[in-house]
Amino acid sequence: MPEVVVPIGPYHPALKEPVNFRVIADGEVIVRLELDIAYNHRGIEKAAESRDFIRVVPLLERICGICSHSHTTNFVKGIEEAMGLTVPRRGQYLRVVVAELERMHSHLLWLGVAAHEIGFNTLFMWTWRDREAVQDILEEISGNRVNYAINEVGGVRRDLRPSAIPGILKRLDVLEKRTERYLELLRHEPTTAIRFQGVGRLSRAQALEYGTVGPTARASGIDYDIRKDDPYVLYEEMPFAVVTNGHGDVYGRTLVRIGELRESIRIIRHALENLPQGAVRATPPRVAPRAEILSRYEAPRGELSHFIRTNNTDRVERLDVRTPTLANWTSVAVSLVGQHLADIPVVVAAIDPCLSCTSRITVVDEGLARTSVLTWDELRAHGIRFYREKEGL
Amino acid sequence: MTEVWLLVLYAMVFPGVLFLVIYALFLQYVDRKIAARTQNRVGPPLVQPFADVVKLLSKEDITPEGVDRRGMRAIPLLAFAAVATAFLYVPVIGTSPFAFEGDLVVVLYLLTLPTILLFVLGWVTRNIFAAVGGTRTVTQLFIYEVPFFLALLGPAIAAGSWSISEIMAWQGANLILAILQPIGFVVALIGLQAKLERTPFDIPEAETELVAGPWTELTGRKLAVMRLTMDMALVAGSGLIAALFLGGPATPWVLEPAWLGGLVGFGVFVLKTLGILLILALVRAGMGRVRIDQLNDFGWKYLATAAILQILIVLLMVGEVWA
Repeated sequence: MPEVVVPIGPYHPALKEPVNFRVIADGEVIVRLELDIAYNHRGIEKAAESRDFIRVVPLLERICGICSHSHTTNFVKGIEEAMGLTVPRRGQYLRVVVAELERMHSHLLWLGVAAHEIGFNTLFMWTWRDREAVQDILEEISGNRVNYAINEVGGVRRDLRPSAIPGILKRLDVLEKRTERYLELLRHEPTTAIRFQGVGRLSRAQALEYGTVGPTARASGIDYDIRKDDPYVLYEEMPFAVVTNGHGDVYGRTLVRIGELRESIRIIRHALENLPQGAVRATPPRVAPRAEILSRYEAPRGELSHFIRTNNTDRVERLDVRTPTLANWTSVAVSLVGQHLADIPVVVAAIDPCLSCTSRITVVDEGLARTSVLTWDELRAHGIRFYREKEGL
Repeated sequence: MTEVWLLVLYAMVFPGVLFLVIYALFLQYVDRKIAARTQNRVGPPLVQPFADVVKLLSKEDITPEGVDRRGMRAIPLLAFAAVATAFLYVPVIGTSPFAFEGDLVVVLYLLTLPTILLFVLGWVTRNIFAAVGGTRTVTQLFIYEVPFFLALLGPAIAAGSWSISEIMAWQGANLILAILQPIGFVVALIGLQAKLERTPFDIPEAETELVAGPWTELTGRKLAVMRLTMDMALVAGSGLIAALFLGGPATPWVLEPAWLGGLVGFGVFVLKTLGILLILALVRAGMGRVRIDQLNDFGWKYLATAAILQILIVLLMVGEVWA
């Protein structure tokens, strides 16, 4: 059969955000995949350069609707490192609590989305109901359900009332039971098994070669978790194990995420039971000295890195955000080869893509009616030219 | 019931088209309510399916550019007519006055028509999702139709008749066929689920892949009629299985006067169709969608084998036990 090109996107019912795949298929089987992810460039990195450290945090919180806490924590811990600021232990513990709750709500949301992609709407409804409990806890701690606005340079903005802790712990018990239930369901439900097992396979070597991060890498047997490998905000004091398995397929990624739900519950329980006393916030200086920081963070989707350059002012000179989705995208193109067309939604969903976090510049040539993405060399040349001109070199 | 006006009343009002439409909407309500309660949702109020139909009827009726307007409009109506006609032969309050030797074949044929029409709809609407969905519809038809027909053949062989009423009467004299032919009963239920394109067999209209499959370009009253047709097919299909495997609306003893017998028979019909719907709804809520190649494996390897096995058992039993 000749190869046919199936265009998917930028608008498609399987996609919640704009992205364009050109699927080259031989009948029902995928031969090659071309990705175009540049539909949602928002200029946040540039906007961050014009806001001081207080006003930039709410902006970064809005890079992603789900890992909002990840971006702010990653940024403020970078700035704190540049300032040489020590954050009170209670503040760090609260950051961990919110971060792990965020991981839980992200993974529960993902589980529902993956179930929805294979038409299993009951699991979708169940996980999203349980996610409500997580968001209720988040609301109790921070006052907000999605963008928690709890971080700022120096610590957290709200203290946790001691009277709230027993209620939170009680709901964690319920969530733990539900997590076990999902694991059971995943192991025994036949349609989920045949739609997840062996689909979107990525070997350990491929996962390393394409630089995958987070649950995608861990499901291919790579023991890589920033919380363990490069601990930040007192993760070294938290009891948890890095969840990995060797399946390498969508099933493996699901098992990793459910395993991480369990570990998150352990971490939150430990942090709440051993919450240190004292202040939650240190007063930071207005400006940060000249420094270059690479701040790394284990977001729900994988390693998130912020490159921050400060220059003796109250704002960043340069902020470069590398989201986990960008690191994982190329692995999708590989793991879809040889799969069926019907598996596209679930394999794409398996890396938990967040497209608006990921978009990069596209050049649109209106005259030629052609779009192209800058190559690495062009982008590098452009960057060098831009900063030369800016610094007057 | 040989008078013409009584027959017209039967065909048009009760238990014909009017009753069929109302009961189809009621079953849709029950189906949605069961799904909602399993999924920890509240679910729709009783009149919601009716309100949906009214709303769709009042919506703009769009025909895509370059599509044969009359042809596209005819498809939902043809499907509606086919299912409504099929239902005339399904026993609701005792045996149907239209019953004749061989009506089982007619009902099976008429119930296949909506699926074929969905395939045609997918082709004529010139939409890529509809075309792919249409192809999947017909691929799926080839997978489930053979086991489904074989499963319904079992009762016919056992009773030695192609008439639904005869099969019902045979069950009254012996035992209901769901007990005698359990494999066939299960295969028939799976076949009905696939025929109605309900999860895990909603491959042709897989929302996350194909928007709505062949339904993609349907709007307004065309969509209303087509949806109603699928609900009516649910009534006709579950009524048929109730008649063939569960003894239909027949009561084990003769009730006097006749209207009381009819009333009790109708109650039995409602209970049995609701029971079948409960199974179908729980299967729909408890599973995800399989892929078309996986369905192909499942259908031909297991479902068809099970159906043939059941037929062999029936043939042996007919030859040995009742000869």
